[in-house]
Amino acid sequence: MYKIAKENLSALFRLIAETRELYLPVKTAGQTNYAAWSEDAEVDLDTLKTVKSAKDAFFPQSEGLYTVKKEGKKISVEPEALKEQDFVVFGMKACDVKGLEVLDKVFLSDPVDTFYAARRDHGTIVAMACHEPEETCFCKVFGVDAAEPKSDAAVWTVGEELYWKALTEKGEALTESVKELLTDADEAAVETEKEAIHKIVEKLPYMNLSLEGWNGDALSEKFDSPIWEELYKPCLACGTCTFVCPTCQCYDIKDYSAGDKVSRYRCWDSCMYSDFTMMAHGNNRTSQMQRFRQRFMHKLVYYPANNDGMYSCVGCGRCVEKCPQALNIVKVIRAFQNQGGVK
Amino acid sequence: MQELVNRAKELLADGTVARVLGWKAGDLPYNPEPAYFETAEELDDFVYNGFCGANLSKYMIEASKLEGKTMVCLKPCDTYSFNQLIKEHRVDRDKAYIVGAGCKGKLDIEKIKKKGIKGIELIEGAELTDEADTLTIQTIYGNKTVAYADVMLERCHVCKGKEHMVYDELIGDSKETKDAERFDRVAEIEAMSPEEKFAFFQKELSKCIRCNACRNVCPACSCRKCVFDSTKFDSSQKANVDSFEEKMFHIIRAFHVAGRCTDCGECSRVCPQGIPLHLFNRKFIKDIDELYGEYQAGADTTSKAPLTNYTFEDAEPSIVGKRG
Amino acid sequence: MSLEKKEFKPKIVAFCCNWCSYAGADLAGSSRLTYPADVKIIRVPCSCRVNPMFILRAFEKGADGVILCGCHPGDCHYSTGNFYARRRMTLLFSMLDYIGVENGRTRVEWVSAAEGVKFSETMNSFVEKIYSLGENVRLGDLRCKS
Repeated sequence: MYKIAKENLSALFRLIAETRELYLPVKTAGQTNYAAWSEDAEVDLDTLKTVKSAKDAFFPQSEGLYTVKKEGKKISVEPEALKEQDFVVFGMKACDVKGLEVLDKVFLSDPVDTFYAARRDHGTIVAMACHEPEETCFCKVFGVDAAEPKSDAAVWTVGEELYWKALTEKGEALTESVKELLTDADEAAVETEKEAIHKIVEKLPYMNLSLEGWNGDALSEKFDSPIWEELYKPCLACGTCTFVCPTCQCYDIKDYSAGDKVSRYRCWDSCMYSDFTMMAHGNNRTSQMQRFRQRFMHKLVYYPANNDGMYSCVGCGRCVEKCPQALNIVKVIRAFQNQGGVK
Repeated sequence: MQELVNRAKELLADGTVARVLGWKAGDLPYNPEPAYFETAEELDDFVYNGFCGANLSKYMIEASKLEGKTMVCLKPCDTYSFNQLIKEHRVDRDKAYIVGAGCKGKLDIEKIKKKGIKGIELIEGAELTDEADTLTIQTIYGNKTVAYADVMLERCHVCKGKEHMVYDELIGDSKETKDAERFDRVAEIEAMSPEEKFAFFQKELSKCIRCNACRNVCPACSCRKCVFDSTKFDSSQKANVDSFEEKMFHIIRAFHVAGRCTDCGECSRVCPQGIPLHLFNRKFIKDIDELYGEYQAGADTTSKAPLTNYTFEDAEPSIVGKRG
Repeated sequence: MSLEKKEFKPKIVAFCCNWCSYAGADLAGSSRLTYPADVKIIRVPCSCRVNPMFILRAFEKGADGVILCGCHPGDCHYSTGNFYARRRMTLLFSMLDYIGVENGRTRVEWVSAAEGVKFSETMNSFVEKIYSLGENVRLGDLRCKS
């Protein structure tokens, strides 16, 4: 266990950035999102939840796949390079780290997504325990401990100091490279902090949400429920919930024509959009109710059915905060509970 | 609020309306959601307080297609949007029973949180009947108070007034909350150098995640199929590798509602990244006012919109470089 | 991607209405009046056919300047098309100015079928203006540049 004073953090970031790319919460025009560190970036470690999750560092909102060029009669294909440079993501929270576990199951199982795999290989995660969890958090429901992020290295905020602990080999390597700025520390302060976090978590209104009845076997019972007809009505069909979510992994592949060349790229897609999974015959889901149902069924039923009961929600609460009309997964889960949808 | 509920129950009971469109209490002190109520029991969940910022007029497009009348609660500024929708034949006036709800300014939870208030358990002072001008917020990290006016939505600071433009009856008093001029910020930006302007908008738009919330919430954006959703040509890009697409999207989004935008402020309210989208819409409104005469969309249901109108003497486009 | 400095060759898109300005361009040609080859003409049925998206797309795909030419106000083949176009373009250009795109990259001129000389002069002066402004970097997609 090591520690570093908060005032030395910029020195720490500078040192990390010397050898690796560094992504961390940066405030731009009033909002905090993950961005590359630079000398004049306004680093913001106090905001608990960045607007978007740290998903971008491993699975960017849009990324090039390959470019097809035409020169005379010759056509050449240039694939986009895989990530080769090591990078560090600093400041992820326990829920976001768990979110990567969800993405891993999708992108690292056969066939492996090479772009994602390369980023996972080269990325080192330094996660932060949640100093002051908020009322929109419900990570505990999904087995996430806000005080104990399962990352390569973890840090805890105690007063004016950050306590630092390496948890994996990658974390050890990073710790070794910044050791000159860290001083030895004992665990007592961190234990107190963890206890304080756990105490707060107990008080939060969403933490005792029951997931009873939500599992891979509940498919037809949940799918056919009339409750969806009630729930979806205020939904605007925007993509906010999917784009701020740390576990949503759907993407669309598109071509961009730039005259003499065509770049193929992929970008996040949202099951809330009317052209989601559009095929030659038309669309799979023709009403907003079906699209709305898809999102929650995927998170709470389909995904667990395919992944040994693991949910693809981590309880970060971003959708709770950001939905323009105040809909969210908690309201969905509760509606089923209250209206007897749970058997 | 109780008055609204009582009236809703009466209207349901005597068969005047088949359903009520209002807000349902959320599971946190600040997240009520738009909802339909069809029975007196369901109305127990009805809520109307400072957090009911959502403009319900757009929901009336769908409600107009349903059997029977819908009682809809509209705040003064929402009625402009409703009028505009009548003008565009998107809602059926005869299918709506409009209850003009009183309003004393709506609250912005983002602004409350930006003040460092977190772990919110209870908020007092958000009720319409409260005369107090402060909010008392109980959080797990201690109690806080904030001035009501400090955490109002941007649009309430430039309130259009407490008059409802269209209604069947009024319930509750309204208060004009205007304490700023709505074109001030636009004028400030106009006065910047091109480099500063570009830097400002580039920074704001770099946050855009193309979630389309601004478009989908907009009562003026009521096309069945948006040009940005068309698969027929390459504008249907969800997010792009290059930043151009965001600029394109936001200019065209605002352009398509120019002359029809009532400045209801929903776009800025819903933006998850807090982009001041109203600055685009207000720029068009300001230009229209200056060049073609003052015009408030939604103030009536018959006037010709500025972009479907012309005079022989209209300014030439070259005026853009000549104005101060 | 070659990044070395090349001599600036502007790309200019001119939307010309079928009835007046395109004929004006024709007249300029048959009268042997010259205008720079940097101007690419796109014929449209009426100036009001030009959607604001056309202008933005042109910039996206690499145009350095976009000019719209139509019949003189009052002379529109469809009576009123150019009146609507005038209001739309005024608002659009004002918006572009507002977000920091250099003023002068866009222009509207009314050119009749008899004004071959005006067509040639307009194009010459517009191209000159674009030369003075240089390359359009604020409203383009980078992928179209390399």
